[in-house]
Amino acid sequence: MTYRTFEDDRAMHRARRDRRAPYPGGAALAAGIGLMLLGGLAAQRYAGRQQERRPADSAPGRTARQSRHGRYAVTGRSVTINKPRQEIYAFWRDFSNLARFMENVESVHEAGDLSRWTIAAPMGHAVEVVTRIVQDRPGEEIAWRSTEESDIDTEGKVMFRDAPEGRGTVVEAVIAYRPPMGELGRILAKMFQAEPGLQARRDLKRLKMLLETGEIATNRNRNDG
Amino acid sequence: MRALTFHGSHDVRVDTVPDPEIVNPRDAIIEVTSTAICGSDLHLYDGVIPAVQKGDILGHEFMGRVVDVGSGSTLKKGQRVVVPFTISCGQCFHCKIQQFSACDNSNPAEKQELTEPLFGHPVSGLFGYSHLTGGYPGGQAEYVRVPFSDVGPIVVPEGMEDDEVLFLSDILPTGWMAAENAEITAGDTVAVWGCGPVGLFAVQSARIMGAHQVIAIDHHPRRLELARQMGAKVIDYSQTHVLEALMEMTGGIGPDAVIDAVGMESHGFAPDNILDSVKQKVGMGADAPHALRMAIMACRKGGRISMPGVYGGFADKFPLGALMEKGLQLRTGQTHVQRYTHDLMRRIQEGEIDTTFMISHRLPLEEAPRGYHNFKENQNDWTKVVLKPGMAV
Ligand SMILES: [Zn+2]
Ligand SMILES: [Zn+2]
Repeated sequence: MTYRTFEDDRAMHRARRDRRAPYPGGAALAAGIGLMLLGGLAAQRYAGRQQERRPADSAPGRTARQSRHGRYAVTGRSVTINKPRQEIYAFWRDFSNLARFMENVESVHEAGDLSRWTIAAPMGHAVEVVTRIVQDRPGEEIAWRSTEESDIDTEGKVMFRDAPEGRGTVVEAVIAYRPPMGELGRILAKMFQAEPGLQARRDLKRLKMLLETGEIATNRNRNDG
Repeated sequence: MRALTFHGSHDVRVDTVPDPEIVNPRDAIIEVTSTAICGSDLHLYDGVIPAVQKGDILGHEFMGRVVDVGSGSTLKKGQRVVVPFTISCGQCFHCKIQQFSACDNSNPAEKQELTEPLFGHPVSGLFGYSHLTGGYPGGQAEYVRVPFSDVGPIVVPEGMEDDEVLFLSDILPTGWMAAENAEITAGDTVAVWGCGPVGLFAVQSARIMGAHQVIAIDHHPRRLELARQMGAKVIDYSQTHVLEALMEMTGGIGPDAVIDAVGMESHGFAPDNILDSVKQKVGMGADAPHALRMAIMACRKGGRISMPGVYGGFADKFPLGALMEKGLQLRTGQTHVQRYTHDLMRRIQEGEIDTTFMISHRLPLEEAPRGYHNFKENQNDWTKVVLKPGMAV
């Protein structure tokens, strides 16, 4: 496996195109009504031609309406955390901290330049992933990739940049993985497709809570339930 | 412990449930001495708020004694505190700029997903107000777990009674912020729709902020009388054309600022309101903003609309044209309670604000279901209900 997925993420948005009909706003309103009168198929073809000439916008590739990642499922989310960049980087760089805010990660143990992740999967399954850090730029970026002995083929990257005017740090995490074959693969793929990005977003919110407030909000009234 | 729990529409009961304990470091446990039923609790009672589960403990207006603290709490056992209904971390972007009711960190991450699709962003955590706002057990109980107890609760000074300070938890700061959002200047007329507890505090606040005249609108004689006591002129909409009256009472100009303290349960006999109530019954979830529509129509050109009333969904026939063509400003939101508590505590201590005049009933917690029933069905006489867990049945 080559470390190409995130380049794809950028390439995707250069080549971004989709099939949504042009929004009939302002001066285009009359044309929009005309399109509706043309009817489904013709209008779609017309819209499709319009899309061909559309220049890329500024949005991250993963927010495109059509995925260009092939067999890799890619998800990513950003969160702004009211803490200095170096502090958040240092917290994340100690991978054993990840289990404190990633709901499904049971533990991460570091051994030399490898980290062994134990991840809870649906229906009582557990997934073992061994990752190697492939990029480490202090205060800016950490990227990791799974090794051959892992249950799933995955790579991830987290980037840190200053938010404007002292508003803290923007943390952007992107995870890509290729579902394994077999039943586990089907379960994971289904889970992933049903709610793309859901878990990443949840986990980043929990990271924000932990770093900003020292604890993760819960409505539990007791420790036993 | 004993607690008022939700069992279904118009079915609330006092049950025995497990006592709360310290879960997070910044928690405190409060033994409740007084807790009130809020107009917005009636939305839960009527079953119009989604994501309320059987067994949920209701109540968001409460105070009491600190009986346990976590390692990160700044409270001490034995202190008497009033607890804001908004749960705020004190450290996120919003809390730092005093937008406490927009706190990023108080609604548990998995609960935030309930309101994000509805509103574009998740709402913050509140006590006892459905799983949309975190599913936190509420204050109509003997004990409450209070998260971020170093930020929210305000310590009650020696010698002050519960009834004097209890409403710092919600309705007093809510009425105050409603008046603040009306941006009152000398000579202004302020019209207030709804003489429930929030409307009555908005009347009182608008007077303190220097309004030339405050006009309160309702149809319950007892509530209108309370507004009059607070210095308002009153309009009974069951006998007067409100819009005409407001024009005549302002020299043909209209009120400079209007406050909708009614929210989604507004009453009225106009056709649009009847249509809304039909839609609510058939489950289309349209809010019934009759008071808000009228307030927008009444407001003078270039005036201000303040909307403390609670809405949760969509509104039909919202007079967007009037809003734009008259150049009105609309300000609203859940109350940033912690922004106001210290200042308002001082004003209560100095006798500037009267907080007890609207309390019509004090009941033991065990009689909370009777309190709910009457607060809803007999609004003229049951103006505000305070529950006392320690009171003999
Ligand atoms: Zn309330
Ligand atoms: Zn906050």
